[in-house]
Amino acid sequence: MSTVNPTEAQQPPRTLKISILRHNPQDPASVPHMQTFTLEEAPAMTLFVALNDLREHQDPSLQFDFVCRAGICGSCAMVINGRPGLACRTLTHTLAPEITLAPLPFFELIGDLSVNTGKWMRSMSERLQTWIHSTDSVDIKRLEARMEPELAEAIYELERCIECGCCVAACGTAQMREDFVGAVGMNRIARFRLDPRDQRSDEAFYDLIGDDDGIFGCMSLLGCQDVCPKNLPLQSQIAFLRRKMVKVGLS
Amino acid sequence: MSKTTDLADASAKPTPLKSKLPARLDFWQSATGLFLALFMWLHMFFVASILLGKDAMYTVAKFFEGYHFFGQPYPILVTIAAAGVFAVLIAHAGLAMRKFPANYRQYSTFRRHMKSLRHDDTNLWFIQVFTGFAMFFMVSIHLYIMMTQPHTIDPYGSGDRMVTDWMWPLYLLLLLAVELHASIGLYRLAVKWGWFEGKDAQATRRRLKQAKWAVTVFFLVLGLATLAAYIKVGLDNRDNYGQRYVPSWERQTQAPTPQALIPAAQSAAPDTTAPSVVDSAVEVDAPLASDAVVEPSGQDVGTD
Repeated sequence: MSTVNPTEAQQPPRTLKISILRHNPQDPASVPHMQTFTLEEAPAMTLFVALNDLREHQDPSLQFDFVCRAGICGSCAMVINGRPGLACRTLTHTLAPEITLAPLPFFELIGDLSVNTGKWMRSMSERLQTWIHSTDSVDIKRLEARMEPELAEAIYELERCIECGCCVAACGTAQMREDFVGAVGMNRIARFRLDPRDQRSDEAFYDLIGDDDGIFGCMSLLGCQDVCPKNLPLQSQIAFLRRKMVKVGLS
Repeated sequence: MSKTTDLADASAKPTPLKSKLPARLDFWQSATGLFLALFMWLHMFFVASILLGKDAMYTVAKFFEGYHFFGQPYPILVTIAAAGVFAVLIAHAGLAMRKFPANYRQYSTFRRHMKSLRHDDTNLWFIQVFTGFAMFFMVSIHLYIMMTQPHTIDPYGSGDRMVTDWMWPLYLLLLLAVELHASIGLYRLAVKWGWFEGKDAQATRRRLKQAKWAVTVFFLVLGLATLAAYIKVGLDNRDNYGQRYVPSWERQTQAPTPQALIPAAQSAAPDTTAPSVVDSAVEVDAPLASDAVVEPSGQDVGTD
């Protein structure tokens, strides 16, 4: 998919016009504005490559986040032509030559395209207590209890979340109601609910997400499902949790 | 560490500390919506009986007045049913309203988000809010009339309502709002609760979306045809506003051939074969859809 097509390479490269929403909240004089850069497209170029090129050759003050450049760390989520996505996983040739980039909404802006998703994710994790809850004492000298491979895989499927924040940025509910935990939070709960080492009951999970900031705030707009760069089964997981939590509520 | 004590009570809780109300509200929002959407499907089929002819619609109307159970019609039954639907509607509106943008900031944030995201299901939700809000008013008018004037529900009464009572613009808008809202709502219910999900939830979702549009188009076409049929009846019957419909089988004594059908005024005596008593309301009414063609409606319309 991303390999260089020989015929493509022979064509004259496109000139990309990349418009970026610039703003530095640390600088009182800074006013949010769009700045357009022009750049010659390279074969198999991703937005990660393009932005680094711009920072190296045109504007060293351009702020954006990258760590892994392989869709694993979740740092480079941004709004690409109006939709949240990972810059490192977006090939420029899949876009029109005019590209608009903006920081993810909802999260605290650090500057330009860089947002502090980590701060929000941490408070979400604390709020939803997304860790194994067990009263058993752990003997680290003994082997762990075994788990069926299917179950381990099911847990791992949900564990793949990289907390990039795309789902929250694509969520109409979260835009309107900032206390909403978002698909990332619900996915975490679904993951720990599956885990046999976590001894919490559905009633305990209800205490965490059984309100309009949690599962019942979700209006099933499914922006999360449709932008998730990891293709997590968010729609199914949220529906599943909703059924379980309603069962607790109606009992 | 203090962690272990926290963990202990987290796992030991027999019942949630949190209110169960949000779960119940969420459940009832979906349940009332499901009821109303399915009710609207049936409702559409019942009112569309006019497309099979006035007698068919008359039969359906009398059925809901209990004629086939009690031997005579009781319009109060329609009042009671309409009041019941009204109650469910008010409940649904109240529950669904919780999801509306609560102020201008939320509204404008959502609109900006929606325009930026260009995402079908997000756009559909805005249609839900818009049509839902519109229906607060439009459905209330309709249901109040149905509750207070149930005895007027027959081919002529409903036709008069459309034309002479000027309800057709409201019913046209209401039809659009209901058909969009109900089919989008059913689609949303399916994805919200994971119905019919199967192994590939996204493939199912695509099929559900296609089905949703098919259902919308089907009911819109049926609804528009039905509306047109009532408007036609209302136009033809404009000079006899308030007249009650008399089904074909009560207008004849014997030999039910269409030629022999001499419609009579309300007190159709068995021997009234002469057309003398009959005023301009005379209408040669065949029992089936062919009557729509036969009726000399042109002159009525032209004289106005």
